[in-house]
Amino acid sequence: MSILTTILSRAFKAFVTLLAIAVLNFCLLHAAPGDPAVVLAGEAGAADEQMIEQLRERFGLDQPFHVQLGKYVGSVLTLDLGYSFRQGAPVAQLIAERLPATLLLTLTAFVISLVLGIAFGVAASARVGKASDSLLTTLALLFYATPLYWAALMAVLVFSVWLGWLPGFGYETVGAGYTGFARAFDIAKHLVLPALTLGLFFMAVYMRMTRASMLEVSQLDFVKTAKAKGLSGPAIRRRHILRNAILPVVTLAGLQAGQLVGGAVLTETVFAWPGIGRLMFESLAARDYNTILGVFLVSAAMVILFNIVTDIVYRLVDPRIGAKA
Amino acid sequence: MWKRFSSNIGAMIGVVLLLAVILIAIFAPLLFSHTPWQMVQRPFLTPFTMDGLPLGTDTLGRDVASQLAYGARVSLLVGLVSTLVALLIGVPLGALAGFYGNWVDEGAMRFTEFFQTIPNFALAIVLVAIFEPTLISITIAIAIVSWPPVARLVRAEVMSVRKREFVDAARLAGLSRPRILMTQVLPNTVSPIIVMASLMVATAILLESSLSFLGLGDPNAMSWGYMIGAARTVIRSAWWLSFFPGIAIVLTVLALNLIGEGLNDALNPHLSRKGKA
Repeated sequence: MSILTTILSRAFKAFVTLLAIAVLNFCLLHAAPGDPAVVLAGEAGAADEQMIEQLRERFGLDQPFHVQLGKYVGSVLTLDLGYSFRQGAPVAQLIAERLPATLLLTLTAFVISLVLGIAFGVAASARVGKASDSLLTTLALLFYATPLYWAALMAVLVFSVWLGWLPGFGYETVGAGYTGFARAFDIAKHLVLPALTLGLFFMAVYMRMTRASMLEVSQLDFVKTAKAKGLSGPAIRRRHILRNAILPVVTLAGLQAGQLVGGAVLTETVFAWPGIGRLMFESLAARDYNTILGVFLVSAAMVILFNIVTDIVYRLVDPRIGAKA
Repeated sequence: MWKRFSSNIGAMIGVVLLLAVILIAIFAPLLFSHTPWQMVQRPFLTPFTMDGLPLGTDTLGRDVASQLAYGARVSLLVGLVSTLVALLIGVPLGALAGFYGNWVDEGAMRFTEFFQTIPNFALAIVLVAIFEPTLISITIAIAIVSWPPVARLVRAEVMSVRKREFVDAARLAGLSRPRILMTQVLPNTVSPIIVMASLMVATAILLESSLSFLGLGDPNAMSWGYMIGAARTVIRSAWWLSFFPGIAIVLTVLALNLIGEGLNDALNPHLSRKGKA
């Protein structure tokens, strides 16, 4: 299968999945206790009879179920995610405004966790059984058990409140009026703590996986051959073992993308990072269902996109995959 | 098997930690004369400054130590029950898919794949927000987002077991297909399921605490996540309010992970200590 057909078949699958999520969203709105019109209006609309009447008409809530479903899915397909009465703006617009911040945060965290995870995993596997291996493995086990949001809070406490090294709040210095490089540097400084704490858990996952995978591959016959050829330890690890051991890690990283996007809700909440996760948190208290479901749909779309990208990367790294499928 | 498990230091540390948490959860009412909601002292009492209130008080003057003990109940209960519910969904689905194959497998796996694609924490948030946070809705939401790996694991196990000779023998002996699945195939998939379940309890506890951190906890139950969420805004003045519940979560989740790994090594000895040679 060529890369183009892969992308096309993936895109079709992604479309079907998103359609299914739209249907799920619709069912959830109807399963919520109370009148769907009131539910849609959220807290803000509860008092306004006229608005609820309008909603009822717009979504055809007096019509049969399948007609309503068709209308809902149709509007989602045209990127109309409804209106947030709480924020006084269309949900699609709210999400579009906040999406760049979330993409910046999740992509940075993804890269950090993957690079550091693989590096530490390789380091631990090269010193298997020694004290430094035990130390790295124990640390990974600890990070693996640490709630994301708590790690974030503790990082704020230590690095921002006590040491004052890094900002623990927001996306950039408000009112500083930085432009160009100065602004990029300012944003980068704000990005350090959120991206590190979001990446910590996943770094632990990738490290454990890399270590196990490296040890497994290092027992295969071709490694013995490389040794017999007289190659040095580091050269074998880098050129022979790592290249093979990294594949399952990339697969896992793709699968974990969903967790990363979900975790962003927590990280953004702690750091007041103006992304879609923070938007979801703000909508929770008001039960602003349009926004909550909109963010849910968009984050699912992000996960699907992540998966397609890792799939393509995977095929580029390992040409055998394309030939097999 | 127990011998292998008990010789694993990490697993034994896990058992001791978990037992301590379980005992504290069970005996919380005996350990503390006041409920976690009662105001007992002035707010923001620093830890280790007053007898009887070792961990200080929160923003409303409630005993942090008592809150921690009662919080253990919610964490353990939600973790355990949601894992059981996830098993109830995942095991039958995976078993049917792996045993009957063909369109049953195709359908079940498409369904599982769909749930695996959805970001599971976001789905849990949506479910709890829509059905209002109660212990029941939280438990079910966590189960709904955690069953897919179970289904995949059971499917793979069943597929490998059903090709074994003793299954052919059972078929020749005239056993019906459902009977073969229930009495011959499934019992042979139990040990990997146990390992996965112990790790799932840990994940479920993390999920529950994350939900209540966001304000989606049962308002009638004290939980660790809620404590951290409530203390988030006062982190500058009262670090201990978010610090201690976090430690409680880390220790409990760590204990379960250690036990899970110990079980894995004990039940699948040929897989354990990968590459130690």
